[in-house]
Amino acid sequence: MSDNSLAIVFFALVGGALRVSTPFMFVALGECLTEKSGRVNLGLEGTLVLGAMTAYAVSFHTGSPWLGVLAAGCSGSVLGAMHGYICKLPKVNDIAVGIAMMIFGTGVAFFFGKAYIQPSAPRLGSFSLGAWTGNAQITQALQINPLFLVGIAVAIVMAWAFANTKWGLIVRMAGDSAPAATAMGVSVDLVRFLSTTFGGFLAGVGGAFLSLYYPGSWNQGLSSGQGLMAVALVIFARWSPIRCILAALLFGAAGAIGPALQSVGITQGYYFFNAAPYIMTLFIMIASAGSKRAMRDVPGELSITK
Amino acid sequence: MSVAEVMPPVVQKQALSIETIGMTKIFGPLVALEDVSLKVEAGTFHALLGENGAGKSTLVKCIMGYYSATRGQVLLDGVEVKMNNPREARANGIGMVYQHFTLVPSLTGAENLVISRADAPAIIDWKKEMRALTAFLDRMPFRVPLDIPVASMAAGEKQKLEILKLLYLDQRLLILDEPTSVLTPDEADEMLGLLRGMAKRKEITVIMITHKFREVTTFCDSVTVLRRGRKIGGGNVADLSTEAMAKMMIGDTVIREGAVRSAKPPGDTVLELVALEAEDEEGLPALDKLNLKVHAGEIVGIAGVSGNGQSELVEVLSGQRPFSNGRIIVKGKPFEPNRDSFYRLKIFGLPEEPLKNATVPKMTVAENMAFRNFDRPPAAKFGWWLSPGPMRDKARELIARYRVKTHSPESAIADLSGGNVQRAVLARELSSDVDVLIVANPCFGLDFASVAEIRAQIIEQRNHGAAVLLVSEDLDEVLEMADRVAVMSGGKINYVAPIGETDRTTIGKHMAGH
Repeated sequence: MSDNSLAIVFFALVGGALRVSTPFMFVALGECLTEKSGRVNLGLEGTLVLGAMTAYAVSFHTGSPWLGVLAAGCSGSVLGAMHGYICKLPKVNDIAVGIAMMIFGTGVAFFFGKAYIQPSAPRLGSFSLGAWTGNAQITQALQINPLFLVGIAVAIVMAWAFANTKWGLIVRMAGDSAPAATAMGVSVDLVRFLSTTFGGFLAGVGGAFLSLYYPGSWNQGLSSGQGLMAVALVIFARWSPIRCILAALLFGAAGAIGPALQSVGITQGYYFFNAAPYIMTLFIMIASAGSKRAMRDVPGELSITK
Repeated sequence: MSVAEVMPPVVQKQALSIETIGMTKIFGPLVALEDVSLKVEAGTFHALLGENGAGKSTLVKCIMGYYSATRGQVLLDGVEVKMNNPREARANGIGMVYQHFTLVPSLTGAENLVISRADAPAIIDWKKEMRALTAFLDRMPFRVPLDIPVASMAAGEKQKLEILKLLYLDQRLLILDEPTSVLTPDEADEMLGLLRGMAKRKEITVIMITHKFREVTTFCDSVTVLRRGRKIGGGNVADLSTEAMAKMMIGDTVIREGAVRSAKPPGDTVLELVALEAEDEEGLPALDKLNLKVHAGEIVGIAGVSGNGQSELVEVLSGQRPFSNGRIIVKGKPFEPNRDSFYRLKIFGLPEEPLKNATVPKMTVAENMAFRNFDRPPAAKFGWWLSPGPMRDKARELIARYRVKTHSPESAIADLSGGNVQRAVLARELSSDVDVLIVANPCFGLDFASVAEIRAQIIEQRNHGAAVLLVSEDLDEVLEMADRVAVMSGGKINYVAPIGETDRTTIGKHMAGH
């Protein structure tokens, strides 16, 4: 491989990371918040798909993609709130409910989304961080969508809030020791309900990115399990919002391996390389399941660890 | 900025006095508390004595508003106060330290303190808060690290932080539930002494639930004794002897005489641990090159503050936890903790929390009692065809011999009381020849009668020539039972001595890791 094609592959990977990582990022941040409060929401895959559909539909009807993003967030909150409410009921297992919510979310999205597969809706714009280089390839690779930056900002705010605000500490308290939280007069159920709802909002916004920016259209195979991978990613990121961003970038880059190699003419094993994120998920789960550091950072109330 | 500018001048706190009148709590058919009236003057250190199930916890939980009392009043400084939940109790200046910790493990000491405040600011200015906390700690009798997560603190530090939290919240009546169970004797003495000093200065009033007479006589001003939900007696500690208090606690229950220790010298080494190493759940070393020998016909008591590797040691010996290095030698042969070796080498055990560690709670008493031999004749043919008949017969015999109180052998073992679960497991473990017996906290949470019974059984096994390893967090139990004492600290045995050549102070020093 020549230097040039190495550079091409490199920029394709960076570009891929920037482009593909955003939905991972939002879902992972949503899940991070939910899990910090002591609950698992496996339904975020459904939330992601419903968010994508809602965003596309609203953007199509109103002509404003940003209204679409907002609507996607709201639809995510509704699913999150449903999950939060159902899990509040006694003896309900949040994993089982999450799987049901995942199927419910995708089902609703497919049901209402039939009409929007054909039409073309206004999409979100982007700007390039590489425009100053004058190099078309770099300019192309460093295309950035504003949502990407919003995601990073949300992660930084979350990380700060977990350490420096009353609400951050209360969320961590509810997630780590429900008896302690209750003894201090905190309603654990309410904290988890709100966290799950806001987590759903973030995942919905992630869905908007899928249909309104990249790949940029609505169809039923849009998400292909990204919502579920993002849940795995939170474990990998050891429940830190900042590490969620880094992990999302890594997953994004892994997703771009196939196309990147193809662009320099390596077509052998194309499908294998396309499966890189899934394979990576598997290995990450194996590696982090035995990781002792992960065990130390896991919120104590999480049902997966009990 | 100096501390003086940040902190307002320290307001002299005033201790609260508390009085309960006719406190009664009825749970369905069970009268947990009946007409208990007690008065604790401001600035006194009051002990609440009683056996398990005597109603001590129910009483303080009624005071704290966890339970709403069926009848009765609470008076604070002579004024009747209704407290419907712990938050209202806190607002009235009453704080409680529970047996389990109420700190949030992943939060640091400082975070735990600040968030416990009702008026915690929405956005926390850590610079300012840390200054205030440091100033607060300067006024306090003991200190804890503020910047590490509670999960990485030692049990003693957590306990101190729990108490500091109450003082930080300006609580003027402290209720402590068995506060010294996780402390070394020195730590316990230091902490109780400091609290006593604060009470003397009329800064706080303390009510302490305990069953240790030594703590009552050394630190407490007055005492109330409860039995079966009723107040039996009490008064000034100075006017009461330990015997009188014990008598009030036990009542007319017949206590089995302790088995007499036969004076045979110990035999050969039966159980030997060589440089044993194991890890805890987080992969940190729990056992660190541990060496220990137990001879036939002796009880080696392992003393230590909980969390120094004792549970891990018992788990390793009972096959519940893999050991990463070192050797276990039984009767001169290397020992692998598996079912076959347990059977062949006659190793038996009574782990702590037997309902969790030694039984399947939903299976019947008979089935649980057959765990050691259900796959051998007469309970089984060919090693797999089980016959319930002989199993039930054997269970009936054991139930009668060990006085296990159960409706029938077919009841689920989870329905039995703690003492009876303990007896059932002991019956299973001791019903055949025993060469090695591993016992962990065998009397935790049991009443006097069960305690005496179980200790006598263990001594009997020793007299029959079993090598007994007794792990206990209760130093008094070790001192009473053991022929030799070993002290465990930081995953190591750092002190071994025959019981006659050591004392509480020496053991306490080694428990603290010196």
